[in-house]
Amino acid sequence: MPVPERFEFFIDASRCIGCQSCVQACAECDTHKGQSMIQLDYLDRQHSTQTLPVVCMHCDSPTCAEVCPADAIKRTEDGVVQTARKPRCIACNNCVLACPFGVPKMNTRMNLMMKCDMCYDRTSVGLKPMCASVCPSQALAFGTREEMARLRPRAKPVNSFVFGAQLIRTKVNVMVPDDARKEVVDVTAAMFEPAIGHDVLDDVFEGGDA
Amino acid sequence: MAEGRAREPGPKVAPEVLRAVLHGIGATALLGVLIVVGSRNLSHFDAALVAYTFSILFATFGLTYRYSMWLARPPTAVYWRRGWQAFFRRGFRVRNAVSWCSRMASDVLANRFILRRGRLRGLTHLLIMWGCVLAVAITFPLVFGWLHFRPVPGDLSLYEAMVFGFPAFRFPHDSLVAFLLFHGLVWSAFLVIAGVMLALRRRIREEGAVALQRFAEDFMPLILLFAVSLTGLMLTASYTWLRGYGFSFIAILHAVTVIGTFLWLPFGKFFHIFQRPAQLGAGFFKDVGRAHESAECRRCGHAFTSRMHVEDLIEVERKLGFRYQMPDSPVEHYQWICPPCRRASFALAQGLAWHGRRGGEPLDSRGERPPAPQFVNRGIGAGPLDTEDSENYHP
Repeated sequence: MPVPERFEFFIDASRCIGCQSCVQACAECDTHKGQSMIQLDYLDRQHSTQTLPVVCMHCDSPTCAEVCPADAIKRTEDGVVQTARKPRCIACNNCVLACPFGVPKMNTRMNLMMKCDMCYDRTSVGLKPMCASVCPSQALAFGTREEMARLRPRAKPVNSFVFGAQLIRTKVNVMVPDDARKEVVDVTAAMFEPAIGHDVLDDVFEGGDA
Repeated sequence: MAEGRAREPGPKVAPEVLRAVLHGIGATALLGVLIVVGSRNLSHFDAALVAYTFSILFATFGLTYRYSMWLARPPTAVYWRRGWQAFFRRGFRVRNAVSWCSRMASDVLANRFILRRGRLRGLTHLLIMWGCVLAVAITFPLVFGWLHFRPVPGDLSLYEAMVFGFPAFRFPHDSLVAFLLFHGLVWSAFLVIAGVMLALRRRIREEGAVALQRFAEDFMPLILLFAVSLTGLMLTASYTWLRGYGFSFIAILHAVTVIGTFLWLPFGKFFHIFQRPAQLGAGFFKDVGRAHESAECRRCGHAFTSRMHVEDLIEVERKLGFRYQMPDSPVEHYQWICPPCRRASFALAQGLAWHGRRGGEPLDSRGERPPAPQFVNRGIGAGPLDTEDSENYHP
């Protein structure tokens, strides 16, 4: 059954509080039992508590699928890029290295690439993915555009990303300010920019009285 | 700015299609010649099996065509070439031959990687695979006229197996060897049916499988294998216990199921039988990569895979029409960025969009290079899945 068209995935990494609920819940998904597909990283562990949750963005023209020599990655008609088909994946690692968002994982012992499939066992029957259903700050949210517009009136969803000279459109959205002029997020332009946040050492060295 | 992939208009009949058709015709013709030669000018060819022979010839064309088309895809073509180059690399041929035998035994014959995915899943595949291998090893030589049995002239208590027209071995027709040999397809049917039952059990009970499975891709092969095995057993039951009741009908039914399976070989899940050995080539490709220079991420500076792999991917992406090049940046191409730095860049880009709206200031990382992101939780099942992930994602 396809994922209902009205439901969409919305990511707002700057709302992430690093609680790891998504990591634990992801491992409960029936399509990859016991293994979490969420990539949750510290952006700059030395200076900031900022964490970034990354799930598969489900590209319209998925690079992972195109560079797969075994033709193991398929995009279903609802726009979900499925994890590698087990009989076909030859564990060559191409998809892991080529994904512009750095999403897939390689299970070498099983000779199998594994990645987020938007909890297809749940979303295909109208339920929220595990990560979005447990995320307390709703950095990972799943619902309708109308719901998001009501809950986050100062933000709007964007699903176009620039990598060098390549524009990639995705099924998953990220949230940007509602008055943002550009309808695209230039990923490579931000590559060497410092993170925006509050330095964890500010209070220690600059607090004075404490 | 390029969206999706740029494709150039090609000629009406693409050269790879023409090449694939020629390969198909060539392979089919070669098998035809081998059938004629191996059956000694068809003198040992069993005319009753002619429908099976032609269905195998058709499947040979279909499989070769699809294999050739598969090899024409840019990523497959690169790794096909790289795999063979790695295998025949000077100074490593003996070691590679030993490694090939080891990988063949571990991955292909013993299905160890499938057993690691799940013991019952591995057992299921072993039963189906070995049942099919046994059945093919028996039936193909018989259908091609390469193998036949005859009573030994002068001693009718003995049977003789003739391979390519040459006597191979003899055995008494009422011996255990004869019983096991002449019922070879029964044993293979038992293996396949047990495997199919286990596979169906998983497909009915596991929620993950239920969500992802498709009829044509996942059920059709099981139905075909079950039909072939069951009708084959019905033939044995008919002539053993029912004095040949309904034998002609069952024989036609069996032929239909077998021929249907052969014709399905190039299209659905069965194609993995021919595709899967590429896994061995991927292994040799990685061995070569590890023995040579690493690629260093042009953002964080960490090594993350082989330089050769990155350069090959840049070439593959170019052929596919992707434009990840970054001409005005020292990075040159996005493929030189490791997966964790890709995730970091993605988050940085979104964070920058909110600058000035949610507080916070640009953090000074106080280093020449931006810091490499680190996994929040490296625990089992939460961080990298295995050693290769650790290399991909580095410490």
